Amino acid sequence: MSKIKPSKGAPYAKIMGVGGYRPTRVVPNEVILETIDSSDEWIRSRSGIATRHWASDQETVAAMSIEASGKAIADAGLTADKIGAVIVSTVSHFKQTPAVATEIADKLGTRKAAAFDISAGCAGFGYALTLAKGMVVEGSSEYVLVIGVERLSDLTDLEDRATAFLFGDGAGAVVVGPSDEPHIGPTVWGSEGDKSETIKQTVAWTEYDSAVHKFPAITQEGQAVFRWAVFEMAKVAQQALDAAGISADDLDVFIPHQANMRIIDSMVKTLKLPEHVTVARDIETTGNTSAASIPLAMERLLATGEAKSGDTALVIGFGAGLVYAASVVTLP
Amino acid sequence: MAATQEEIVAGLAEIVNEIAGIPVEDVQLDKSFTDDLDVDSLSMVEVVVAAEERFDVKIPDDDVKNLKTVGDAASYILKHQD
Ligand SMILES: CC(C)(COP(=O)(O)OP(=O)(O)OC[C@H]1O[C@@H](n2cnc3c(N)ncnc32)[C@H](O)[C@@H]1OP(=O)(O)O)[C@@H](O)C(=O)NCCC(=O)NCCS
Repeated sequence: MSKIKPSKGAPYAKIMGVGGYRPTRVVPNEVILETIDSSDEWIRSRSGIATRHWASDQETVAAMSIEASGKAIADAGLTADKIGAVIVSTVSHFKQTPAVATEIADKLGTRKAAAFDISAGCAGFGYALTLAKGMVVEGSSEYVLVIGVERLSDLTDLEDRATAFLFGDGAGAVVVGPSDEPHIGPTVWGSEGDKSETIKQTVAWTEYDSAVHKFPAITQEGQAVFRWAVFEMAKVAQQALDAAGISADDLDVFIPHQANMRIIDSMVKTLKLPEHVTVARDIETTGNTSAASIPLAMERLLATGEAKSGDTALVIGFGAGLVYAASVVTLP
Repeated sequence: MAATQEEIVAGLAEIVNEIAGIPVEDVQLDKSFTDDLDVDSLSMVEVVVAAEERFDVKIPDDDVKNLKTVGDAASYILKHQD
């Protein structure tokens, strides 16, 4: 047997930079009310959402990703030629092959970076972050670009009262690179496929017949998801804190997936987070952007000064699958 | 030991107070969660989970929609606690 030389990675990994892109068009609740019987007051009280962004034809999954990534790479103090791998998490890029990550890697100007897409719904950012950390520590890439991007407006049934107001579009990206100290804690993640019916696409592409069906959209059992998100995910969030050896008192920032303000509020209560913890509430003006929501919220907290570089943050994503991923990170 | 109906109502009153800020004395058997007590459908999920923990019962989502009043919830818990 020949001896195989191992790869040489970094001792640890960290998030080095973050960037976001929000589509130009801002859609207030009044527009949603054109297609469903509801009210601004109901939408705000049940979801906390006042406005969301919807992408134009030009604001494609690739175009939004490139904008967000450019900012993240600059924020990390790097240039695109240093990026060794690009991971894109999305459920709303409608051309399965080739992976959109390859086009993004090329247009950004990377040097033939490894590039691939993953599908993990609203936990996609945490899944991709976990892969990126592993790749940096294992040594296959020095710098990994992680992108969460969605055009959920394409997968929204505007006549469905239960979902028409929830979703938005956008892209968020981070660069993960080497570190001498641990700045991304252990990931607590998993899937509960026995609950796959609670959030799903209405019709499979292979069954879709425009004469019979509405265009495929995301549908969900709202209260079952709410219950799971608040109470089961609070346990997962606590496990991620424990795994990182961090108590809620040590925490500066909490960035949960931006699904619904009511979920965020209940989680904060269930977790008994102290007053000093800054909580991301980007949902109000962004809606639920699935895989993009955590990096978008992270970018905004840093841009507004509500959070600062070096802060300790708990991030948790959860959604269709059902899947989830949580970890403690140091903000870039 | 199983709770009595009185204890259950007192417990529900504390839970509703905690979640919706309604004074405990307003939480009476005939009161509707949504119409009288400012507990909307999502707060109701929180009430149910808190009640499950407190009274050691399971209240599946499908049964939650039948619990319109405090009395409905108290009878349900009385019947299903062990
Ligand atoms: C979607 C969500 C806001 C809906 O709230 P809900 O309380 O479950 O809504 P329900 O369908 O049970 O309806 C409750 C009441 O509001 C009414 N209603 C429903 N949709 C409405 C709307 N858009 N506008 C006004 N009223 C509405 C219903 O008719 C019902 O009224 P009734 O009690 O008089 O019959 C909520 O379930 C939710 O956000 N769940 C989590 C979903 C999520 O975030 N998923 C993504 C995770 S990644």
